[in-house]
Amino acid sequence: MEILVCVKRVPDTAENEFELNGAGNDLDRDDLVYSVNEWDNYAVEEAIQIVDKVGGNVTVVTVGDDESEEVLRREMAMGANNGILLSDDAFEGSDGKGIAAILKAEIEKGSYDLIMTGAQADEGAGQVGGMLAAMLDMPYASLVNKIEVGDSKITVGREIEGGNQEMNEMQLPCVLSIQTGINEPRYVGIRGIRKVAKLDIPVKSASDLGVEGVGDAGAKTKRVDYFVPDLGDGAEMLEGSTDEIIEKLIEKLKAKGGL
Amino acid sequence: MTQIFAYIPYKNGAAEDIALEFPSAAKKIDESASLTAVVTGSGADLDKVVEDMTGIYSEVIKVDNADLAYPNADVVRKALANIIPLDAIFLTAHDTFGMDLAPGLSVKMDSSYAADVVDFEGIDGTTLKAVRQELGGAVSTHMTIDIASGAVMTVRPGSFAPVEGGSAGGSVTDKSGDAGDLSAKRKFLEIVEAEVGDVDITKSDVLVSIGRGIEDEDNIEVAQELAEAMKAVVSCSRPIVDAKWLEKSRQVGTSGQTVKPKVYMAMGISGSFQHLGGVKGNPFIVAVNKNPKAPIFQVADVGVVEDILDFMPELTEAINDL
Ligand SMILES: Cc1cc2nc3c(=O)[nH]c(=O)nc-3n(C[C@H](O)[C@H](O)[C@H](O)COP(=O)(O)OP(=O)(O)OC[C@H]3O[C@@H](n4cnc5c(N)ncnc54)[C@H](O)[C@@H]3O)c2cc1C
Ligand SMILES: Nc1ncnc2c1ncn2[C@@H]1O[C@H](COP(=O)(O)O)[C@@H](O)[C@H]1O
Repeated sequence: MEILVCVKRVPDTAENEFELNGAGNDLDRDDLVYSVNEWDNYAVEEAIQIVDKVGGNVTVVTVGDDESEEVLRREMAMGANNGILLSDDAFEGSDGKGIAAILKAEIEKGSYDLIMTGAQADEGAGQVGGMLAAMLDMPYASLVNKIEVGDSKITVGREIEGGNQEMNEMQLPCVLSIQTGINEPRYVGIRGIRKVAKLDIPVKSASDLGVEGVGDAGAKTKRVDYFVPDLGDGAEMLEGSTDEIIEKLIEKLKAKGGL
Repeated sequence: MTQIFAYIPYKNGAAEDIALEFPSAAKKIDESASLTAVVTGSGADLDKVVEDMTGIYSEVIKVDNADLAYPNADVVRKALANIIPLDAIFLTAHDTFGMDLAPGLSVKMDSSYAADVVDFEGIDGTTLKAVRQELGGAVSTHMTIDIASGAVMTVRPGSFAPVEGGSAGGSVTDKSGDAGDLSAKRKFLEIVEAEVGDVDITKSDVLVSIGRGIEDEDNIEVAQELAEAMKAVVSCSRPIVDAKWLEKSRQVGTSGQTVKPKVYMAMGISGSFQHLGGVKGNPFIVAVNKNPKAPIFQVADVGVVEDILDFMPELTEAINDL
């Protein structure tokens, strides 16, 4: 089975305190720690496990800048066979549809049975997978947390509200967006990354792919600025030494029925 | 005039709460817009929801087809693409169905797309201004959405004030005949219910809830000791379950349990909307987080900026000494 997994390099929410830049139109990106989108790691792990069972190849692809190569290499260190970097100044400022159109162009150059994305990335949109499926006219299921592979069909479980699972049968090829918890992504150490350091990762531009109308000019949805919402009546912050804080907290917990 | 269509999600013949929230969202898009509810499905449940919606919306579209009895997004999308005018604004909930349906619908309708909108700031010409969040709620953004050829948007449940229903006296238009070819390459099979766990966190008045800030499986003991001291139960956010450190039945959130405790201790939890979506009944929320900018502090009643691995043992000791 030929599987393509779309991955994205994103600011790591667990590692960063986000600040706005001076102009307030972007994050202060100088010291941000980036990593592969959490959901994409689960997608790559799932793809590797499927290929281990039924044979085939896992290809990871990203739309990004030169630095995005590092996330492709990381996923190749996990066990993905190939990596492709789609990179061009003309891609900058693309909205979700722009990204999906770029990925679609690459997908049509190959022959994939299964295409996977993460359920969502740093922008919390969860849009690229569903758009890709519609553009490719393939069936789609989002928030997938179980996959059983058959011959020309697969059975997938979707996580729905309350932790219930919706089972579906889908024809191949199809697009799935993967939810966390579907598996336990393998650990990748420095040594693993070193092993794939020399592997060739082709870089493709807009003209290689033959895509137009993407990037900022083609985007119908645009981010104007970032802001941190007014705290309003946010939390009362307890201050002082740890002992003082604990004393105040215990009083409040007693009053509210916590003790 | 701006035309807005709102897709009504429902279960067992009862519309989800967001059915009362779309009218407020629509007003914030355009005070003078026309707003139509769209209800798809089959049989008695559908009829019941359509009837209920006539109390809230002045126009209701009903689409009855056996293929729509279960809301399989690949099927519903086909029907909607034939029924909704291509240049209209289409709203649906940012829930597991909306996420499944809407991005692809925006492609099929060749409309702009915006996900998980939490506020609208009106239309200027053909540009709609909306507010969203990114990075797990750490930052908000203003977006411009070109609505010249329509827009499909998901809105976050609970973000718009619910309206009073009951008296709209709406009229129903049956568009079942317009649904078109509903064959699909995805077939719904069944629902598998979530497993019941060893403890029922929904029954506890006090929850000590841990998130990724607990850092390591071995540290869970520290939370258990605090819970014991407080006669509470340990619950958690999703990453703790994903890592298989605690059972799924302990997860609080939209894809886990809905809890209504008196006191909720959020320990090393950032405060994503999917997590907070499971915390109901307006409990007293205490948040301990080492990041002073963590979004949880916007919703907590009391906040402490400390490392939970140091703070929890000290709090446990102090409580045990009382
Ligand atoms: C469809 C869908 C459904 C979802 N359903 C749920 C759900 O039901 N429940 C749920 O919880 N999530 C759910 N999620 C995931 C959700 O989006 C977040 O990813 C998740 O809630 C984050 O969990 P967290 O706050 O524990 O982790 P993080 O966001 O990583 O936050 C960890 C926090 O701990 C702090 N911290 C780190 N170390 C320490 C320390 N030593 N001391 C003090 N503080 C520390 C950090 O500053 C940070 O604020 C869902 C996502 C999707 C897409
Ligand atoms: N720039 C990108 N390159 C490759 N894949 C992407 C990119 N942006 C988003 N995706 C994929 O789409 C998924 C959902 O992201 P989003 O729709 O942005 O929330 C991600 O988990 C990725 O699999």
